[in-house]
Amino acid sequence: MATANREQIIELDVRTDELLVNMGPQHPSTHGVLRLVLKTDGEIVTHVEPHIGYLHRCAEKIGENLTPRQWIPYTDRMDYLAAMNMNLGWSLCVEKLLGYELPEKARHIRVIIAELGRIASHLVGMGTYGLDLGTFSPFLYAFREREKILDLFEEVCGARLTNSYITPGGVTGDLPAGWLEKCEAFLDQFVPVITEYHTLLTTNAIFIQRTAGIGVISREMAIDYGCTGPVLRGSGVDHDLRRDGEERYTEMYDGYAFEVIVEKDGHYPRDHDYPPVPPEAVLGDCWHRFYVRMLEVMQAIDIVREGIEFYRASSGDWGHPIKLNTKLPKGEVYLETECPRGQMGFYLVSDGSAIPWRVRARSSCFCNLSVTEELCRGCLLADVAAIVGSLDIVMGEIDR
Amino acid sequence: MSEGPQFLDALKSRFGDHIRGVNLDNIDPWVEVAPEAIVEVCRFLKTDPDARFDMLNCISGVDYFQPDPAKAKRAGFEPHLEVVYHLSSTITKHTLVLKVILPRWKDDQPGQLPELDSVAGVWRTADWHEREVFDLMGVYFRGHPGLKRILLPEDWEGHPLRKDYELPLEYHGIRGR
Repeated sequence: MATANREQIIELDVRTDELLVNMGPQHPSTHGVLRLVLKTDGEIVTHVEPHIGYLHRCAEKIGENLTPRQWIPYTDRMDYLAAMNMNLGWSLCVEKLLGYELPEKARHIRVIIAELGRIASHLVGMGTYGLDLGTFSPFLYAFREREKILDLFEEVCGARLTNSYITPGGVTGDLPAGWLEKCEAFLDQFVPVITEYHTLLTTNAIFIQRTAGIGVISREMAIDYGCTGPVLRGSGVDHDLRRDGEERYTEMYDGYAFEVIVEKDGHYPRDHDYPPVPPEAVLGDCWHRFYVRMLEVMQAIDIVREGIEFYRASSGDWGHPIKLNTKLPKGEVYLETECPRGQMGFYLVSDGSAIPWRVRARSSCFCNLSVTEELCRGCLLADVAAIVGSLDIVMGEIDR
Repeated sequence: MSEGPQFLDALKSRFGDHIRGVNLDNIDPWVEVAPEAIVEVCRFLKTDPDARFDMLNCISGVDYFQPDPAKAKRAGFEPHLEVVYHLSSTITKHTLVLKVILPRWKDDQPGQLPELDSVAGVWRTADWHEREVFDLMGVYFRGHPGLKRILLPEDWEGHPLRKDYELPLEYHGIRGR
């Protein structure tokens, strides 16, 4: 046999069979009930197919049979790690249809609550990402702090996870006496804790090796797939609905000073306070998505502090929820808000009665997850968990 | 930051009768596009230097059908399906709403899904969104790379967000109603 062909022969000789690996739906690193069907050639993943729908609860169909306020508890159960932000999106959508003007005080309550929700959600995202990569302790640290935010939520509305606090027309009740002081005390002790997280994960050599340069989403790919939130900003796209969104949403943040967390010319805003970007990291990789979340936590703390000052200075009413059977004007509205995981949109079609004709929830994770098919093609089997974890998905929101 | 009207003249001069109508009275103004032109209109909106709608936010299906015959007379609409596209731009930060009106059943034969061209070749977001509309609302997207159910099991029958949908009596031994 000709020697020239020898290399080819050897390659054919050691080729392994294609193996079908079923990951999930009960796999710890799939964040709920996601099933990934992987085709692998040795250690290399050649094809990934996500199967979703295990948590489908017909939320849109139920919304066609309930009034908007009755549907609020169903929004809680979409992204159950950021229930407050889900309530906010639906409330704003209904208020947009009603043309409701929100009192000043309710606006600041909503900002404080929504940003606390963002911190709590990103803490879970950070902790579970550590779990995906095989380190257990950051999870415990993250849940310790999240617990304190849940305690604050409990004091405000009685519920810890499925809050139903923000409703069309305002919120269900004013902040209780002494709550602001407790919130400030929490923020004061929380700031130094973040340094611990950076030591545990952000600057950890093993963590950087597992995440830097892995699962790179380019700008164009992120926009094409409709990725939003930290996934989009981690790819260097300067887009945040708190600044760029619809007026009804951005006016909530009027007077608040904050920067969109996105890399510009190799620098993140205020990144002198944080550990620098390691040289191995590429814009759009898992590490950058994680980093954007960490910086958003810091930024959310500042916004909550601003909100507390604004709330103290504001006077008047905190807003009252609309009546349960308020008649909706005929028409249709669509509104997206910047939730911790991306842009959550609600679409409401009304035929003029108290019950919407059609309710539609546009899920951010639904679009973020659709990118895995292309992203995981050709990566190592062990990196699938790292990539899916870095998208920070919640199945409740995807399946609705 | 809805920018419907600004692009209207450009759209009308380019696509003529394919732009069926505009509603500027609604809170979010919308543009109604003829079903056969949806892909060209979308491609134009994505690539035109003035429009640059690079992000498809959402595709929704809405069923206009009143199953109760007593109420149907007062409903104020003929039975039809709408597919609604919400677009936005990460560059100009504009938003736009497109609508396509379809019959509820192809050739008015119940069970025959209405057909529409897929825009998955324009934005890849449309891939999963169109699968969801197909799954829950029953619209067949021609030219879709892999149109199959996404949220419901593959052997499920019917499209639950249709207004005349009825739960199956039994599914693999589970009582439905």
